[in-house]
Amino acid sequence: MSPADLAPVPAPASTSSALHGPADVPADEWEPRRGAVGRMLRSEMALVFGRRRNVALLSGLAAVPLLLGLVLFVAQDTALAGQGPGFVGRVTGNGLFLVVASLFLCLPFLLPLTIGIATGDAIAGEAAGGTLRYLLSLPVRRTRLLLVKALATLAFVAAAVLAIAVVALAAGALLFGLSDLTLLSGATIPVGEGVLRMAGVVGYVALSLTGLVAVGLFYSTLTEVPVGAMAGTVVTAVVSAVLDTLPQLAVIHPALLTHHWLDFAEFLRLEVDPAVLGQGLAVQAAWVAVFGSLAWSRFTTADVTS
Amino acid sequence: MPLATGSVPAVDLPVSEARSVRTADLAVRTEGLTKRFRSGQVAVDGIDVAVPRGAVFGFLGPNGSGKTTTIRMLLGLVRPTSGHAWLLDRPMPASGASVLPRVGVLVEGPAFQPYLSGRRNLARLDANDATADPRTAPRRIDEALERVGMTAAAAKPYRQYSLGMKQRLGLAAALLRPRELLVLDEPTNGLDPQGTREVRVLVRELADAGTTVLVSSHLLSEIEQVCSHIGIMSRGRLLLQGERHEVMGSGTPHVHVTTTPADAPHAGALLEGLGVRHVTVEPATVHATVHGVLDDVEPAVVARTLVGAGVDLLGLEVRRQSLEELFVSLTGEGFDVAR
Repeated sequence: MSPADLAPVPAPASTSSALHGPADVPADEWEPRRGAVGRMLRSEMALVFGRRRNVALLSGLAAVPLLLGLVLFVAQDTALAGQGPGFVGRVTGNGLFLVVASLFLCLPFLLPLTIGIATGDAIAGEAAGGTLRYLLSLPVRRTRLLLVKALATLAFVAAAVLAIAVVALAAGALLFGLSDLTLLSGATIPVGEGVLRMAGVVGYVALSLTGLVAVGLFYSTLTEVPVGAMAGTVVTAVVSAVLDTLPQLAVIHPALLTHHWLDFAEFLRLEVDPAVLGQGLAVQAAWVAVFGSLAWSRFTTADVTS
Repeated sequence: MPLATGSVPAVDLPVSEARSVRTADLAVRTEGLTKRFRSGQVAVDGIDVAVPRGAVFGFLGPNGSGKTTTIRMLLGLVRPTSGHAWLLDRPMPASGASVLPRVGVLVEGPAFQPYLSGRRNLARLDANDATADPRTAPRRIDEALERVGMTAAAAKPYRQYSLGMKQRLGLAAALLRPRELLVLDEPTNGLDPQGTREVRVLVRELADAGTTVLVSSHLLSEIEQVCSHIGIMSRGRLLLQGERHEVMGSGTPHVHVTTTPADAPHAGALLEGLGVRHVTVEPATVHATVHGVLDDVEPAVVARTLVGAGVDLLGLEVRRQSLEELFVSLTGEGFDVAR
């Protein structure tokens, strides 16, 4: 910033420049541009996926099927082989089951924790860092910011599920080999179709998590403390799972956030019943609608004092 | 409509002066702007701000006087409890989407993503501005960085920056696009004297190019040097505002007479005879000083009287109140936290 730099610099009137006065700016300079939302979304994705903490989180999740596969591989000739909850016991027979088993292990806690971290960062993180006031003063419309944050968070959660599944498939193939898939009824389908069924499982699990993402985003609009929003999200998932175990509350079970999470097993039946999957997704859609609306009404009216 | 005068009724002149300006010529305007937080605390209490286009408006007040809450309401970050605000003739927050791209902002210190470099932080802000042209972004970012002397540090992560560097990056963000209005809250916070001077030069240059600047600062001397207009807040109220020379002129002039110790008592008596108030004599071994409040007494009359009476007149100075004296006389609290 030498005195020479501060001399007025003539610039063509058709371009914008910080170095010349506002009078030179063409009238359409302040109109929203085409592709602005796409540009914003790309920037947000780069921020989320470029953050070292998030990359480490994805790596950690991807390590789950690897560790599980190794444990089962080492133990497969012992008396403990073929035991374990969910589909763990069937992994040594067919590597395809490592996908299902890994998702089964990550669903109760690790994936809700991932959602909590991502949603806590989304709004509360920006508020805590003070960057929210600068984004809103650019300006970014609050509705648009919430939408872009939601999309980026969903993309991150989907990437987490995909990372688990892809590593599970690779590790399963490597350690146990892939073979024709034996379904719950005992019927078998070819390995190619089996892989497609696993893709269906991944898609269903990812969509099952959208309700919790909406809940997490709502918490994120309530606080300037990202850890608080994260804890609230995890607690919500855990409480839902606990309520789901109480037979006295059977009447509310179908509406619980986590009740249909394990319905991905439907893909392991000979005839996949769309009604079962549809019901689970409808419940998620309802949670998204309710908590998305709450997050929107809160975020678009809140005073930003951080 | 009530004038925004506080507990000091003598200074309503600058406020009424400002209100006579046509509203279309105002870059910032508020009417009865009030914010009562849920705690019940009234942070801003019915203020009528008027910042003419092209002005450098110095926004002064002790910590906690409501300056930042006012700025947040102007930008649409905080919703007023009552009252209205306009930026560049458009109502806020309703017209934020069309007005705010023309407003550069530094509010309550800089804030960026700590693990991104300075340049990538600016790129991120630009990518989030729906009205910014992505094709010119790299050039505009380079220019903004250069303008605040941050080109060399642009590739370093923000968390490694010193406070002064952070502040400069905040200024660069405010200058990413040509602005009609700059709102700078404590822009020199954390800068060394050289950096402070650079900011002053920058503000003056932007103002010369036609940008209106609303600058808040707790360093009175800075405000005094760059501002064409001044507003003083205390306890949520705007005590006065107006052109700087009028605000400063509203202070009463004092006269300081330097003479020999022998003549000092005589000089004091002569001043009292002329109607100068609060005359005090400070005797010393070499030079004695006699001072008092001049009011309507002409300085020339003072000089003629003293010389005519045979007083050895070594010096005669007329001083108006400094901004700091004015500030303390209005707020009565210096720079302590108001609440």
